[in-house]
Amino acid sequence: MIEFHLDSHSGVAAYLQLVQQVKQALRLGRLQVGDQLPTVREAVAQITINPNTVLKAYRELEREGLVESRPGQGTFVQRTLAGTSLSSHAPLRRSLVRWLHSASEAGLDNESVLALFMSTFQDTQNEHEETA
Amino acid sequence: MSTALETTKLSKRYGRTWALQDCTLSLPAGRVAALIGPNGAGKTTLLHLAVGLLEPTAGEVQAFGLSPLRQPGEALPRLGFVAQDTPLYKGFTVAELLTLGRKLNPGFDDALARARMQKLGIPLNRRAGKLSGGQQAQVALVLALAKRPDLLLLDEPLSSLDPLARREFLRTLMDAVAESGLTVLLSSHIIGDLERVCDYLVILSASQVQLAGDMQEIQRTHKRLIGPRQDEAALASVHTVIEASHTDRQTTLLVRTNGPLFAPSWEVQEVSMEDMVLAYLSQQAGDRVQAPPSAREQDGREVFQ
Repeated sequence: MIEFHLDSHSGVAAYLQLVQQVKQALRLGRLQVGDQLPTVREAVAQITINPNTVLKAYRELEREGLVESRPGQGTFVQRTLAGTSLSSHAPLRRSLVRWLHSASEAGLDNESVLALFMSTFQDTQNEHEETA
Repeated sequence: MSTALETTKLSKRYGRTWALQDCTLSLPAGRVAALIGPNGAGKTTLLHLAVGLLEPTAGEVQAFGLSPLRQPGEALPRLGFVAQDTPLYKGFTVAELLTLGRKLNPGFDDALARARMQKLGIPLNRRAGKLSGGQQAQVALVLALAKRPDLLLLDEPLSSLDPLARREFLRTLMDAVAESGLTVLLSSHIIGDLERVCDYLVILSASQVQLAGDMQEIQRTHKRLIGPRQDEAALASVHTVIEASHTDRQTTLLVRTNGPLFAPSWEVQEVSMEDMVLAYLSQQAGDRVQAPPSAREQDGREVFQ
């Protein structure tokens, strides 16, 4: 069983924080196929959150095929995220390292690199949101 | 989706002062709504109108399609109300308060009340006046929940509680929502603790509703734009500018987007709920200053804070 936490100042919607925490646990193998997620009331007791928010997070995970809700029993992991993404980390890291070298050659300091990355990241997130 | 609370041009006047003016609001059932506004905005007046403690000067208020004033027999059993500062009969023991609740409310769920008191570690033989502030608030909440209302209205329940007691109070409330799916309308002068528990927001200021809607939708449509100094007129023709400030080089806007935002010359940032609420409230500050002094004291209950 995993335990949720909530950062009120992160600017990330609460339901998305829960989705991300489940996905993170799936990626790192802390949650495996067949494991049960906290019930809505357990999650409410853990982090004092609106139950609708927990339901929304679980619906989103269900829509992505990661969990399945069994009426009267709870919500269970159906698919894991370990493996698939881990194997692609290495080549992605290599291309990121190449990019960082060219940023440094172009004269960007650390803070400029982070600012550029974050603003590009947010832009693509926004585009993704608008097309979704 | 059905509507829990609906007001149509609801207005209340005390003497020459409007405590609430043309308040039109529709709260969907199943929501946990925050009613946010500064002291004296009319929050208490709205809640009192909703449970029939006050008679409107004009307009209409209905809970589940029923008028609390004209159809009290049908409407009131479905409504729960916790008044400001969670008042209890201080000389009564918790057990006596439960008896009172049972005698006064036909559908009172005594077993539920006792189970919750036990879970909270509140001794039934203790006099209400001897409980801590946090425990008194919990007892008032449990009594209201034991009535098994479909709509629970709470007037500033958190304002006198310390942070831990606030969290525990909200936990009891959210557990009840998870268990029974009741609709909640909860007033506060700050958004702070409510952000994580509410999914609907109503901003009330200067006796009028400034904004009402789904919390996440509100979060998604409000942005802060930062750019070189410029006039906001072009942007304001499409989107709603809530707040604008200028220095000699830079313009900062807080906008509500009314569609896709094409703003290449602006840096677009997310806005925290707190900043957004404050922008709406300060938008009205000018009006409030011009109102007669009594306008801010229209509702005696909110003045002392």
